Amino acid sequence: MAPAALINVPAKARRGDVIEIKALTSHIMETGYRRTAAGEIVPRDIITSFICRFNGAEVFRADFFPAIAANPYLSFFMVANDSGKFDFEWTGDHGFGATASASISVVE
Amino acid sequence: MRELVAIAVVALLTTAHLVEAGEIPPAERRSGTTFMAPDTKAMQDDDTSNPGMLWVMEAESLWAKKDGAENKSCADCHGDARDSMKGVAARYPAFDRTLGRPVDLEQAINLSRVRHQRASPLADESRELLALEAFIAEQSRGMPITAGSDPQLEPFIEKGHELFTNREGQLNLSCANCHDDNWDKRLAGSAITQGQPSGYPLYRLEWQSLGSLQRRLRGCITGVRAQAFDFGSPEMVELELYLMTRAAGMLIESPAVRP
Repeated sequence: MAPAALINVPAKARRGDVIEIKALTSHIMETGYRRTAAGEIVPRDIITSFICRFNGAEVFRADFFPAIAANPYLSFFMVANDSGKFDFEWTGDHGFGATASASISVVE
Repeated sequence: MRELVAIAVVALLTTAHLVEAGEIPPAERRSGTTFMAPDTKAMQDDDTSNPGMLWVMEAESLWAKKDGAENKSCADCHGDARDSMKGVAARYPAFDRTLGRPVDLEQAINLSRVRHQRASPLADESRELLALEAFIAEQSRGMPITAGSDPQLEPFIEKGHELFTNREGQLNLSCANCHDDNWDKRLAGSAITQGQPSGYPLYRLEWQSLGSLQRRLRGCITGVRAQAFDFGSPEMVELELYLMTRAAGMLIESPAVRP
């Protein structure tokens, strides 16, 4: 199954409004510190980076480490200045990659 | 002698009465949601922050995926789940005529796979099975639980009730000791709750995953240091069935979030 992501961006905002952006994605976030019953280390499998771009320009970035819970949920704020499109991108171990997008229309 | 027997009978009746009194009156029944902290409740109530919705999203593609020797998808027979699966989760576990016993929603999904798609059953607690279960259960959100109204289920509900009230394990506790008699108290800082099944499958923060009611029951049974029933065992389904009848009329909240 393709990794699922849930995005919450307001569809509309007034110019200058502070808006909240929420992004939740599906990932096991295996820390790499756990061992199997046989004593072997379970290989680390985490998301290492999250980037949010607005109309192509990076507006938010986060680096992830093993202490982050499974299915990481991020929320951050920005000022709505223009209408446009948010692109979300998650990358991680073992070639993990997921993308999502959402649009906002900004009115005066 | 006659007097002694009479006293013994009165004592038995009194005990029986006490056992009955342990059951939660309908007006006092409360979903696990009402025991949660406001931030966990907010997480459940917003579909873009409820991680259970990730499984629901994944199941939309599983629903349409052709599988098995028949090369059919769920949608080929059932059409749009939003119509065909409405209310289904509220009436499971339900009686299966061929097997002559109740099956829960997960078993019903697998029986449908085997019988109609001629595909292999999905493994217990597998991501795919939980996803399909969550997707189907979500179609009944806000609908009252009606499971157990079929008269053929009566003996199984009774067995489930016995399992619920039987003391077991090294701690010698029954489900009822906590979830009927002490649900308004706390255990090691956590709410005991009434053990209502209205939100399953649900995302448990402790599990960092979606999980079934059977997984939760196994956790509880292990907690009283008893040997847990296997996934899919008749005892598990009878317990699930009893819990659903105990919650009759409560509203389905799947996929819920729990701490």
